[in-house]
Amino acid sequence: MDMGYVKELLVILIGSSLVSNVVLSQFLGLCPFLGVSRKTNTAAGMGAAVIFVITLASAVAGVIYKFILVRFHVEYLKTIVFILVIAALVQFVEMFLRKTMPALYEALGVYLPLITTNCAVLGVAITNVQKEYGIVTGIVNGFATAVGFTVAIVILAGIREKLEYNDIPESFKGMPTVLLTAGLMAIAFCGFSGLL
Amino acid sequence: MNKAGERLYNGLIKENPTLVLMLGMCPTLAVTTSAINGLGMGLTTLAVLALSNLIISLLRNIIPDRVRIPAFIVIIASFVTAVQLLLEAYIPALNKSLGVYIPLIVVNCIILGRAESYAYTNPVLPSLFDGIGMGLGFTFALTCIGALRELLGAGALFGRTILPDSVEPIRIFGQAPGAFFVLAALVALQNYLKKIRKAAGKSYEKIGSGCSEDCMNCKDRDGCSRRFYDENASTEKKKSSEAQNSGEEGR
Repeated sequence: MDMGYVKELLVILIGSSLVSNVVLSQFLGLCPFLGVSRKTNTAAGMGAAVIFVITLASAVAGVIYKFILVRFHVEYLKTIVFILVIAALVQFVEMFLRKTMPALYEALGVYLPLITTNCAVLGVAITNVQKEYGIVTGIVNGFATAVGFTVAIVILAGIREKLEYNDIPESFKGMPTVLLTAGLMAIAFCGFSGLL
Repeated sequence: MNKAGERLYNGLIKENPTLVLMLGMCPTLAVTTSAINGLGMGLTTLAVLALSNLIISLLRNIIPDRVRIPAFIVIIASFVTAVQLLLEAYIPALNKSLGVYIPLIVVNCIILGRAESYAYTNPVLPSLFDGIGMGLGFTFALTCIGALRELLGAGALFGRTILPDSVEPIRIFGQAPGAFFVLAALVALQNYLKKIRKAAGKSYEKIGSGCSEDCMNCKDRDGCSRRFYDENASTEKKKSSEAQNSGEEGR
């Protein structure tokens, strides 16, 4: 493997996880980001499930795109195919884990139904195509994006735990405070743009 | 035609999907960096929403109940693909500035929500106008939020500078963090209005204000009806289907 390729992968890894963070700068996957960030341990579980599903989905979507859609010159069908493949994949993963790996299902299973509706999964699959990534590069990008999601949701959960008993103005209780926290985190993440 | 006007009013004001129900927050945050982007995204969504509502309503007696969600998704995704190809051909600049958010219209919960809660159970013409009304409401909200962020972040409106040079624009509002701050302010405002309406004894249930529940302790984790579907509309759906049934019996 030549150094140029490794370097490209490293740039994608840092770029997708920190610099253009999937939630804080691209606003994908906001629903689980806001909905499952009350406790650090559930947030970490959600993050692990997202890493698992997005990495798998970008691999499957990449293979289908390259060997079916491109081969038969129907690239324009990608949106339809990807959304169906992802929805089916999440269902399949849930059944597969329940049957074969009960321990892993116990840990991740509860999060899977919440991921079906996570727009980050479809977003990564489409970004991989738009940026003309190959299959391996696409998988690395998917993994990095999901790691970025995990980092963001765990940090947010940590801050929310600290905020729990604070005296907050009536109208700002609940969602507004969480959104302000996310905004401040987004400012902090802007600092990573100097990395690349 | 009275019904059509009622649907338009409902989508634009009474149940505005963004400002009242708080649905479809991902595109709302992502593309409202300027008024023109908000307008473009709103109109694109409007086209998809109106057409998918129309087709789903036409096919409502053919689509089997058990596979309705996949069927809706295929119909919506087809229209998104068509609209994206049209944008690529005729307005490439807008297509480029909206980027990945155009294909992501497929997962915009407003569209699936309207299909599920209105178009699937109602006649064609009201469904079309429901789509147009909701789309206009979304466009209106996105353009307003975009205009606000553009004004604060760049001192401009629709690309034209309107604030004098002496006023320093707050650049952060044009960037990602600004979107969170604007949304936080919007939700806080909704909470405030809710409180006022409650004190005055008026109805406030429809105001969304996001959901501050923990999804892990929530009963309907599978579909998240609160975030994705409009609860009030689904009760409306039950009522209207009951009305339809009694109407059929009457015949």
